[in-house]
Amino acid sequence: MSASRRRLERLRAAIHQVQPGEAHALALKGAVLIDIREADELAQGAPAGSKRIPRGFLELQIEQEAPDLSQPIVVMCGSGLRSLFAADDLLQMGYREVSSLAGGFNAWKKQGLPVAIPRLLTDEERERYGRHLSVPEVGEAGQIELLRSKVLLIGAGGLGSPAAFYLAAAGVGTLGIVDDDVVDRSNLQRQILHTDDRIGTPKVQSARQTLQSLNPSVKVVEYATRLNSTNVEQLFTGYDVVLDGTDNFPTRYLVNDACVKLGIPNVHGSIFRFEGQVSVFWPGRKSAPGPCYRCLYPAPPPPELAPSCAEAGVLGVLPGVIGLLQAVEAIKLLLDIGEPLVGRLLQYEALESRFTRLTLERDPDCAYCADGKPFPGYVDMQFACNVPVTDGGH
Amino acid sequence: MSKATIRIPTPLRSFTGGAGEVEVEGATVGQALHHLDRRHEGILSRVLDPDGRIRGFVNIYLGETNVKTLGGLDAALPDRAVISIVPAVAGGLR
Repeated sequence: MSASRRRLERLRAAIHQVQPGEAHALALKGAVLIDIREADELAQGAPAGSKRIPRGFLELQIEQEAPDLSQPIVVMCGSGLRSLFAADDLLQMGYREVSSLAGGFNAWKKQGLPVAIPRLLTDEERERYGRHLSVPEVGEAGQIELLRSKVLLIGAGGLGSPAAFYLAAAGVGTLGIVDDDVVDRSNLQRQILHTDDRIGTPKVQSARQTLQSLNPSVKVVEYATRLNSTNVEQLFTGYDVVLDGTDNFPTRYLVNDACVKLGIPNVHGSIFRFEGQVSVFWPGRKSAPGPCYRCLYPAPPPPELAPSCAEAGVLGVLPGVIGLLQAVEAIKLLLDIGEPLVGRLLQYEALESRFTRLTLERDPDCAYCADGKPFPGYVDMQFACNVPVTDGGH
Repeated sequence: MSKATIRIPTPLRSFTGGAGEVEVEGATVGQALHHLDRRHEGILSRVLDPDGRIRGFVNIYLGETNVKTLGGLDAALPDRAVISIVPAVAGGLR
């Protein structure tokens, strides 16, 4: 008898084995079903609800799926042999309730138990996103989630440019971009999606060209339009996250109001000269909902009290910092990792090299997001000086 | 009477000759702001409305906490406190 056979015989006697029906019942009762097969074995699908950890990563990644050693686990491979070795390893790690699925996925399928065809990364995607796959908080499941995700960027300007650039690189599957402007030479000091030879080109078109040359698989949806009360809800519907990189108060309030109504997290960024602010406004969050923009600022400043057109201006690098903080928050929201900036405002003062985190409270009387209040409707505000005249805007 | 530092946001630095921080004294946040206005006349009109209430596009923070949740301008000022004036900023700059 060969050494591997001898070991298998020993494991068959030592490891608790369950039939597919019993494994299914255990999973319904809370056991985690770990599929240890390799990527090329998954074309026929996997048990619905199973978690995939390739055999080679089992010991390194099991605690993400089963942080508690008393968690019941059923290990599954193709035919029920490799899962015996894997189950033995988990027992040695200290897991107490480990079983191996007898007959593996073949038996599961033969019994007609529920099967899902998982979305798998292609070889090219595996290569492109390799550095994400090595990060436990992203991993294959997280990368697939990013590829499925849809982010809507309001503005392809100073903030939208760096944010969209990195979100495309990260593999966010769909990027919608709303901007009705065309590329102007004065934009190029900070709006890194655009190029000198595209001056005069619509920004959404220029943005798509740059993003798709970086990552051809990203779908870029162009909305060469200005947000208003009649189109905002239709444009936002279906997106997972909205990233507000606009340049004027009327649009900021419209973005806020639509996000409140649709329950979409609003990743807010704003800049002025050497300062920037970032927050995530998300009253629709299921656990620990946060304030909306109107809780913080119920009304925009009247034009005479807002910074004048002549005062506006920004260090070109500053929107890079703030736009990328927005991109990081968007990724955290899409992957549901870490603690998003919900209920907190992060302020960056470049000249002082200072980050300050301020606490934001919900306004219980907020006209738009207070619990139980009917949605008051969208408002098209007028604002005289919303774009610096030096910036080639409207 | 406590000593405090008020952080001035960029849009209001035209009132302070470009200074990003101003040292003030007062027993409450409101008193500290009025001391700021005595030192840099006119700045308070951008922060408070004619009735003396905090304007809707400005927030005042004592440390990390919005003074709205601490009793507003009457919030007591601990010594060496940092007050931040945080106005709404539109810019993303297209």
